[in-house]
Amino acid sequence: MSRHRLVRVALTAAALAFLGLFLALPLAAVFAKALERGAGAYADALRDPDARAAVRLTLATAAVAVPLNTLFGLCAAWAAAKFEFRGKRLLMTCMDLPFSVSPVVSGLLFVLLFGARGLFGPYLAAHGVKVLYAFPAIVLATLFVTVPFVARELIPLMEAQGTEEEEAAVTLGASGWQTLWRVTLPNVKWGLLYGVILCNARAMGEFGAVSVVSGHIRGQTTTLPLHVEILYNEYQPVAAFAAASLLALLALVTLALKALVEWKSGETARATRRPA
Amino acid sequence: MNIEVRGVTKAFGGFVALRDLSLTVPSGELVALLGPSGSGKTTLLRVIAGLAAPDAGQVLFDGRDTTARSARDRRIGFVFQHYALFKHMSVFENVAFGLRVRPRDRRLPEAAIREKVTALLRLVQVDWLADRRPSELSGGQRQRVALARALAVEPSVLLLDEPFGSLDAKVRLELRRWLRRLHDEMHITSAFVTHDQDEALEVADRVVVLNEGRVEQTGTPEEVYDHPATPFVYQFLGSVNLFRGRIEAGRTLIGDGAVALPGPAPAAAGSAAVYVRPHLLEIHRHPEGESHFKAVVGRLVPSGAVVRVELTTEWGESVQVEASRERARSLELRTGEEVFLVPHDVKVFHHPGR
Repeated sequence: MSRHRLVRVALTAAALAFLGLFLALPLAAVFAKALERGAGAYADALRDPDARAAVRLTLATAAVAVPLNTLFGLCAAWAAAKFEFRGKRLLMTCMDLPFSVSPVVSGLLFVLLFGARGLFGPYLAAHGVKVLYAFPAIVLATLFVTVPFVARELIPLMEAQGTEEEEAAVTLGASGWQTLWRVTLPNVKWGLLYGVILCNARAMGEFGAVSVVSGHIRGQTTTLPLHVEILYNEYQPVAAFAAASLLALLALVTLALKALVEWKSGETARATRRPA
Repeated sequence: MNIEVRGVTKAFGGFVALRDLSLTVPSGELVALLGPSGSGKTTLLRVIAGLAAPDAGQVLFDGRDTTARSARDRRIGFVFQHYALFKHMSVFENVAFGLRVRPRDRRLPEAAIREKVTALLRLVQVDWLADRRPSELSGGQRQRVALARALAVEPSVLLLDEPFGSLDAKVRLELRRWLRRLHDEMHITSAFVTHDQDEALEVADRVVVLNEGRVEQTGTPEEVYDHPATPFVYQFLGSVNLFRGRIEAGRTLIGDGAVALPGPAPAAAGSAAVYVRPHLLEIHRHPEGESHFKAVVGRLVPSGAVVRVELTTEWGESVQVEASRERARSLELRTGEEVFLVPHDVKVFHHPGR
């Protein structure tokens, strides 16, 4: 065996060992722990009313946050890629804010806004609207944290595609809507899907920001990640890991979808990049 | 449809692309907008199309002001430089696009759309490619599809941006002849942008030469080539030799006053720029005619049917001559030899008093 090959094998082995130790092993441990007392206990943990409420809340939160951020991402990407305007750079920088701010700070931000002594708190309390420690705050915090995913995915894609196809559509008599539905969206569909998948994974998995604004009311304001934490702190490892296994499954499904979308979009990109 | 552009100005930040520009494209003609890059020709086309709004001035279609109308409502066909075909649609759907996005009350039934698209694809000779994606086509085929797509909406004006710019030389030649024939059949008012003078002179009924956002000259290909209005036009349309000269006592002198050119000259004395095209200078072994001057042969470069001869005049200006292969062979020119040059047609641009 040559030295060169030896180095290659060693490096590959090191990388695989690292991946095994820090990714595969913990993932396996989650499922092992969850199924420690058998499938019956696992099913019971998931059938628990609080667990089911947590799943419902997580799904509801994602169901509101993901479409809204998809819409916002599309608008922002459209504005950034197809138009030149003042403050464009500032908008782009602001969009990255959720990435650079700790989720706990993001959560506190909403406490400052909607808390009892917060900016809008007294007004909301006077009108009987409950935001903080309720569903609205959980959705807002999730929205904030997941703002960049769709937009960041779409902006480079749309910028690379330019505006010629849209201009062509307009000269052919298409309205703004027709141009969007028939030309712009089909051209970015894989990038959009990719952004939505990542956005969804984060929306369902968010812990820090949601933890600050949720109030941890069992069966009412605990999302799945919060539910896992509560169970774990109460020394119920099987139930905690059973709930955690759902999140792990979500991660695996996300990975599979992501790989599929990457493969599909790569295929289209190759097809369109063939030389003229 | 007659197009009129009146006093149009358009700037991008500090760069002024069009300066108070006016021109007319007569109904049914094929007009070339010819100019170097940065001359504003593409911006002008986009202003006519309604894809760019002028800062000042008007665009009139058949005498009606259309400046405020959107590109969607101008009934134009626009062929983009890089075709801008819809990547995710088949060739057929690309051509059908303009018919499918019509409001429901004006939309043709599906069968009529299919019939029309098929006929258009046959017209541009790519009907056998109907099911392909644009990425599977060659450049020339894409260009034909882009043209069919523009024609599908029955535009009253056809605008083409560098229609042959990104094609290889042979396809370009073939396609521009074909475009000319197509125009002769359809007589749709058309304007195309090009930086290639051969293309403009060969294809167009009328050539508009643009420079730095202004019209330098408008005319038939013969007019602009044979009677260039400005030094820019003369230089831009084909290669050219420039001699610095003077006008004195009704004669045009070049070479520090040593050589008088034939023909009448303006009465007022002053400096002059004298242009001669390389194929209008003749090389002789002996003095010939009343106007000739000596030059030393430098490099000889065979180029297709002609030989380009680079020479230096007796007063030190370099000059290029194009001679036919036969002529060059019979002269048996060698580098370093002294010969006589006879100008056959010169163009003098006169600056009185300078």
